[in-house]
Formats: sequence, C-alpha cells, structure tokens
Amino acid sequence: MEITTRALWTLIHGMGFGGLYLLACSGALVGLYQFTTSSTACECTPGQERFMRVYLITMVVLAWAAVLSGAYAIYPWYRGAPPPGTVDLSMFPQHLLMSSPGTIGWHSLGMEWKEHVAWVVPISITMVAFVFIRYGHDLKNHRQLRAAVLVFGLASLVAAGIAGFFGAEIDDQAPVRGGSTIQLSRAESK
Amino acid sequence: MKTPYNADRSGSPALTNGSGAAAIFSAAAGCFVLAVLAILADKWALIQRSLVFYKPTGPLSGVTTVAILAWLVTWAILEWSWRKKTLPARRINAISLALLILSLILTFPPVGDLF
Repeated sequence: MEITTRALWTLIHGMGFGGLYLLACSGALVGLYQFTTSSTACECTPGQERFMRVYLITMVVLAWAAVLSGAYAIYPWYRGAPPPGTVDLSMFPQHLLMSSPGTIGWHSLGMEWKEHVAWVVPISITMVAFVFIRYGHDLKNHRQLRAAVLVFGLASLVAAGIAGFFGAEIDDQAPVRGGSTIQLSRAESK
Repeated sequence: MKTPYNADRSGSPALTNGSGAAAIFSAAAGCFVLAVLAILADKWALIQRSLVFYKPTGPLSGVTTVAILAWLVTWAILEWSWRKKTLPARRINAISLALLILSLILTFPPVGDLF
C-alpha cells in the first residue's frame, strides 16, 4: 500500500485541517449560540469559558493551516503547466479538468470560487476568537457583538463548506498526484 | 486580552464595545478587499501580473497577502482609535454584515464575471 507525497499533503490539507475545522465549527456555533442567549450566558463557568477559548484558538490554527497549505503546497501542484506536446495530463489537474467540457466547470467555477472564498474562513474565525477572548462573559452585555460573532462564525462554516465540497470533488475528478512514493504497508499475496 | 471574572455580571458592560467593533469591521473589510482584488486580478492583466508575489501560486498569493495586510492594518488602526469608545454597534454591524455578504457573493465566479 503506497501513497505519494503530494496525495499525502492533499489528505492533510483536506481531511486533516479542513475536515477537522468543519467538524469543530458546528460545535463552536453551538457554544457561541449559548453566549448569544443571555439567560444561558450567565450560567457559563470560568472552566467552560476557558475550554471555549482553547477550542476557538485551535480552530484559528486549523483554518490558517488549511488555507496556507492549500495555497502554497497543493495549489502550485494543481496549476502546474504541462510541457508542450504532453498528451497524458493526469499529473496536471487544472489542465486535465480544462481539457474536457464535462469537467471544465470544476475548475472555472469550483476552484475559482474555492481558492478565494476559503480565505473568509480564517479571517472570520480569528475575529470570532479575538472578540470571545477579549470580552469573555462580558459578551452577554454586548448584544450587537454577540450577534456579529455568531454571524461571522456561521459565514466561516458556509465558506469552509463550499471550499470543502469543491476540494473533495476536484480531487475526485483530477487528483493531485506525484512526488516520491511512501510505502504505508507491505501486504503479502495469499 | 484577559477579562477578569469579577467583572460586572449585573448587565452593565465592563468593557466598551469599541475593540469588538474594530475587530468585526476590519474582518468584514478584509474579506471585501479580498473579493474585490480577486475580481480586479481576473479582469486586468497588469494587476494580475503585479499580484504574483509567489510564482508557483500565481496572483492568488498577492490577492490574499494584500487582503490580509489590509485587514490587519485596518484592525490595528481601528483598535487603537476605538478601543476605549462606545460606538453605535448596530450601524457598524450592519455595514460589516453587508461587506461580508458582498464578499461571499463577489467571490462566486459567475457574479465576478459580470464586471
């Protein structure tokens, strides 16, 4: 069983950073919602608040790791230009997608949207974490700030969902492959 | 950054809303700058070329770097000038929400192609 380094990085970017972020985001929205409801916000203990801070900081790290690994590790492999006369485009995902009318939309709409909208995620969640850490339980006295934090948290979930969906589909249609091969296990034939 | 737990729990804010408003507005502005730059880089070859900060990533490197810088600089300036003030948060929220929604819409390629 083998995997290429590029496929491994794509896995770390998508399922590691991006997937974990999406999973964490729904939990964060529930936690943030509790703070947007003044009656429950009063009941939040210092321990719960500390946990929420660590939770949000972890999300900030995941969001930045996802966009930076995507833009500076995976994307250059995705948009690599094939040498003139190349017939087999399997190592050049963007050009492979653009070579067929049936798949061109995955690049012209999917990747073009994903590569930009994904950056809304770290910006939004960094703001959310900052406001939460800055104000703590005092957020219950700032209704407008609480509403904004919740809306930006929701926007980050939507943007991460768009990026995740197109990332998964694009990798299915034209996977990023290449680099050195990593041997995961050596199965013996029966 | 740390809020003391003995801060007022009676309903009157212990902190002014200026710092939060600065973070919210600058985040929305950063997202909006990102969307506008993405469209500009798509429409004008000169802007596209000037935004190639890292060749393997292409203009995306410049679009995102400039947007992040715009966000952080805006945030630093607003934090410095708003942190001790109580501001009309409803109005700032409304503007921020409009910028955020516009950012999400403008990054959608069929909408960006209209310009």
